[in-house]
Amino acid sequence: MQAADILLQMVRSNDAIRAFAEHIKIEAAQLKKPLRIMEVCGGHTHAILQYGLDQLLPGTIKLVHGPGCPVCVLPQHRIDAAINLAQRPDTILVTLGDMIRVPGSRGVSLQQTRATGADVRYLYSPLDCLAIAADNPQKTVIYVAIGFETTTPMTALLLEQAHSRQLDNLLVHSNHVLVPQAMELILAAGGAVDAFIAPGHVSVMAGAKQYHILAEKYHAPVVVSGFEPVDLLDAVLRIIHQVNTGMATVDNAYSRFVKTTGNRKAQQLVDKYFEPHDDFLWRGIGRIPGSALKLRSAYGERDAEVQCPESCPAPTEEQRGNCLCGSILMGLAQPTDCPLFAGGCTPQNPQGSCMVSNEGACAAYYKYRRDW
Amino acid sequence: MCLAIPSKIVRIDRDTCMGEIDTMGVTREANFSLVDDEITVGDWVLVHVGLAISRIDADEAQKTLAMYREIIELQDGALNAGG
Repeated sequence: MQAADILLQMVRSNDAIRAFAEHIKIEAAQLKKPLRIMEVCGGHTHAILQYGLDQLLPGTIKLVHGPGCPVCVLPQHRIDAAINLAQRPDTILVTLGDMIRVPGSRGVSLQQTRATGADVRYLYSPLDCLAIAADNPQKTVIYVAIGFETTTPMTALLLEQAHSRQLDNLLVHSNHVLVPQAMELILAAGGAVDAFIAPGHVSVMAGAKQYHILAEKYHAPVVVSGFEPVDLLDAVLRIIHQVNTGMATVDNAYSRFVKTTGNRKAQQLVDKYFEPHDDFLWRGIGRIPGSALKLRSAYGERDAEVQCPESCPAPTEEQRGNCLCGSILMGLAQPTDCPLFAGGCTPQNPQGSCMVSNEGACAAYYKYRRDW
Repeated sequence: MCLAIPSKIVRIDRDTCMGEIDTMGVTREANFSLVDDEITVGDWVLVHVGLAISRIDADEAQKTLAMYREIIELQDGALNAGG
């Protein structure tokens, strides 16, 4: 058997999980003060809770959950835009599954909008939009694009292929956001986090290099991790080691798939079609400069915000009542700190976006943690 | 959202950049347009929303495996020493 095959089995093996957990206890005994590690990615949060990895760690190490759930950080006015676009005549609105249940400011989701007659479809792959646009030349097909650096290249490829196939009826509403800018905001706010487990699949695309500024400017260790239990424990161990030796660098614990420079082909494609969005609000967090991507002005004929401005409301800050999603996304609170958690807010009746999205930290606690 | 699953390449059509992958025993269609590495049938690739995004680096996998084995042996040794 090849090393890769053995490794892909070992990253889930009980023996390796036990060995890493024991080794972490030994290394953590040398910590001079408690260590708060933020796993930025919602996929990591789910893996940690699913395997109970936080419960294998000594009390001096606290895992703090981050804002890496694109649906959770999408502000309501952009969901309103998607709903408005879906209600336009002769329109097919297409998006990825996670988006469909999230209510906008009027309390209505895309799913409910579909129930009232709008043509809303969700896809496995963004490239499936091509066939829908080709099959419906008399309709405008609008792809509501969402996701971090992992998913943006797929939207860029969709634009490239729509252009080469002359599918002029395909528009994009871009909600693509960027991870390092949010990580920097959390560090700059101070107080919540000492080190980061950086998202693995974002890093496959963007490269481990994109976190160097965080390690240098804020002296925060950053370790890129995969999504298996041993990957995450390995990342925790590497962070403890950095702290114990006074280091703060970017380390790549997912080198089987992540390069320092990332996927250049994907980066070039993204750069061709997208530029930074200066005025993007993160739900519960606020404005983060340069933290989102919009279509370059040269592709305005493909941009739903340019073509349908009356459907896209201006950014507005939201009132959130008792919901703690904002603090949870910033690493300042855990889901169980929220007075609404599992009472007024459940996956069946979500009040905040961290519960409504399957990837949200509140949804993960509700699903995997039974001690609340 | 950023979920990507290691899958083995079953078939590649070089003209269309399309092909098939085996994900945990299930064969599915995949698009290889975004892969930045040389790929061949039998390689492990990460697949996100139907598109392969990275081929496994065999040398790095070997190094990581060796490091994992070292940690496991170290811990086994500590347990045995402790009785």
